Amino acid sequence: MAERDHLEPGEQSPALARRFDEMLAEDDRIEPRDWMPDAYRATLIRQIAQHAHSEIIGMQPEANWITRAPSLRRKAILMAKVQDEAGHGLYLYGAAETLGVDRRDLLELLNTRKQRYSSIFNYPTTSWADVGAIGWLVDGAAITNQVPLCRCSYGPYARAMVRICKEESFHQRQGFDLLLTLSKGTAEQHAMAQDAVNRWWWPSLMMFGPPDDQSPNSAQSMAWGIKRFSNDELRQKFVDMTVPQADVLGLSLPDPELTLDGQTGHYRFGPIDWDEFARVLKGGGPCNEQRIAHRVKAHDEGEWVRQAAAAHAAKHAPVRALKPATEAVA
Amino acid sequence: MNEIVEPPPPQKLAGPPPPQRLAGPPLWEVFIRGRRGLSHVHAGSLHAPDAEMALRNARDVYTRRGEGVSIWVVPSVAICASSPDEKDPFFAPAADKVYRHPTFYTLPEEVRQM
Amino acid sequence: MSEGTVDPMAPALFSYALRLGDDALILSQRLSEWASRAPEIEEDIALTNIALDLLGQARALLDYAAVIEGHQRDEDDLAYLRTERDFCNVHLVEQENGDFAHTIARQLFFSTYQLFLYEELISSTDELLAGVAAKGVKEAAYHHDHALQWTVRLGDGTEDSRRRMQAAVDRLWPFTAELFDADEVEKELAVHGIAVDPSNLRARWERAIHDALASATLTVPSTLWTSHGGRRGVHTECFGYLLAEMQYLHRLHPGASW
Repeated sequence: MAERDHLEPGEQSPALARRFDEMLAEDDRIEPRDWMPDAYRATLIRQIAQHAHSEIIGMQPEANWITRAPSLRRKAILMAKVQDEAGHGLYLYGAAETLGVDRRDLLELLNTRKQRYSSIFNYPTTSWADVGAIGWLVDGAAITNQVPLCRCSYGPYARAMVRICKEESFHQRQGFDLLLTLSKGTAEQHAMAQDAVNRWWWPSLMMFGPPDDQSPNSAQSMAWGIKRFSNDELRQKFVDMTVPQADVLGLSLPDPELTLDGQTGHYRFGPIDWDEFARVLKGGGPCNEQRIAHRVKAHDEGEWVRQAAAAHAAKHAPVRALKPATEAVA
Repeated sequence: MNEIVEPPPPQKLAGPPPPQRLAGPPLWEVFIRGRRGLSHVHAGSLHAPDAEMALRNARDVYTRRGEGVSIWVVPSVAICASSPDEKDPFFAPAADKVYRHPTFYTLPEEVRQM
Repeated sequence: MSEGTVDPMAPALFSYALRLGDDALILSQRLSEWASRAPEIEEDIALTNIALDLLGQARALLDYAAVIEGHQRDEDDLAYLRTERDFCNVHLVEQENGDFAHTIARQLFFSTYQLFLYEELISSTDELLAGVAAKGVKEAAYHHDHALQWTVRLGDGTEDSRRRMQAAVDRLWPFTAELFDADEVEKELAVHGIAVDPSNLRARWERAIHDALASATLTVPSTLWTSHGGRRGVHTECFGYLLAEMQYLHRLHPGASW
């Protein structure tokens, strides 16, 4: 987006800082040309970039099944969904670029593992049912995270999220619908669906991040209006929403401690394996290497194409730029 | 999709990048006319090597669900924007000209609609 | 077709719908292999759009073929349960993606052909084919434009891209002759105003391709051989692998719903 110039990072202005705090207090939106604290900018760049990277890396585990989709209808749905993820990555990189970074550099940080993406995509999609489990559980968890981001204090991020949430509403439903069909299908199909849910349930709960008491930076993000609910609040919301849906699916969730607490109205669930979470986050998941290698290969193999387009534009675009406008367009 | 794992620590991790690098394809702002009779409205941005590709990419990226009947693409560098510091002189004069708004005028009750 | 009557045109019409449908299905399958692998995110989205358009055309045409056949088969039976010998797509669409230049050359050759074909098929006396063509012609026009834009940029880009684009055009050129083969199926249906005789498209296609290659500073290849046989179910070696991948899951669960 265009509005990218701003006071130089580090420039002090008590009046501007006061204005920034006032806007947050009034729940007003911060826009690209507004003054903002360096740390706010850095936090947003990292979070939005991580979010964008997740969309781009997230294409891989699902694209893995496009060519093998078992019906033409499912193939079309899956293609449209993976395509949406590319679009969402693109919207988010655009939002990050309003903060003064370049998409090319962010992708470089992803390719060189200097920025992260959601760890959930470091798990493999080994069966067709995994496509359904990703839609139902992973997209379900993502939507729970994302809906509050539509009210995030940073305008371009909030606007990108509005567009994304609108488009993403079909993702979770298609996953649920896919699993329901399998669950009610043949014994093999049902087993395939149950196996996928067993493997994706716990990693989905990990998507909300560490428990609140181990999430020291959450408070600052909340104060800045970037985060609206705590990790544990969102996780609980997701569990409460999902458990009854599992019943409708006729599938069980792999947690013997899952019970409805009659007093609070919330489901209690068993302990999450945070060691596994930390290990996968650090690069020890089954697909960490593979996902980045895939991304780097696509990037490297596309380099000559990007260079060709740039060379062609350099040869021909100036001619076009000199053509006078002959009529008003608006 | 996303997990907001951990709000990043408030330090410069992905600050503005080092300057030495090849220029990537330029950034374009995309404006979409939702339907005939409406103005073009800013939809977002994208990268493209030239204007023709930018238009086509905009069609693929921003109108996948039939959101538009017409598209403009503008090089992002070509946009001049007002500065927030100019907020007062730029926009405040409009604030006291209430007579520009129809609600400024009370109509006699007999006039039901205008 | 009303029940109880046998339309003498039916076998030819079934074959014709299958031919058009298989072309669209197999090219869509190839293009979908690009998902998450394109040179830019914008291009990933563009290639998927084209693949989705083609898949939509394929579904309409296979569904129609199944109805004409009248054997209680549906689009999925035709896509997933036919063997290699029963597919009647042209060889061009089954060729592997190769690098981006190969994919663009394949797109240029096919979309130009399909655009001209649909432009004429709009006037088909067969309502469904005319309907598919009316929708498809807009899609094909966009696919053609997309391929043309890239052909020019790759041909008239860098030395490396020009070399790659020329190599792709040369490699795929022998597969273009088959697009214009016409046998009894097309000829019989064309007489009744149902089908387009593809041999009539050739001159126009050649002009358009020559112009495109010229504007991309590329040369028109000459070739010693041309590839034929797809319409009769005789395919190139790479096609078996494509079908194996596309069909394996469906075939593993006979009779299952998805």
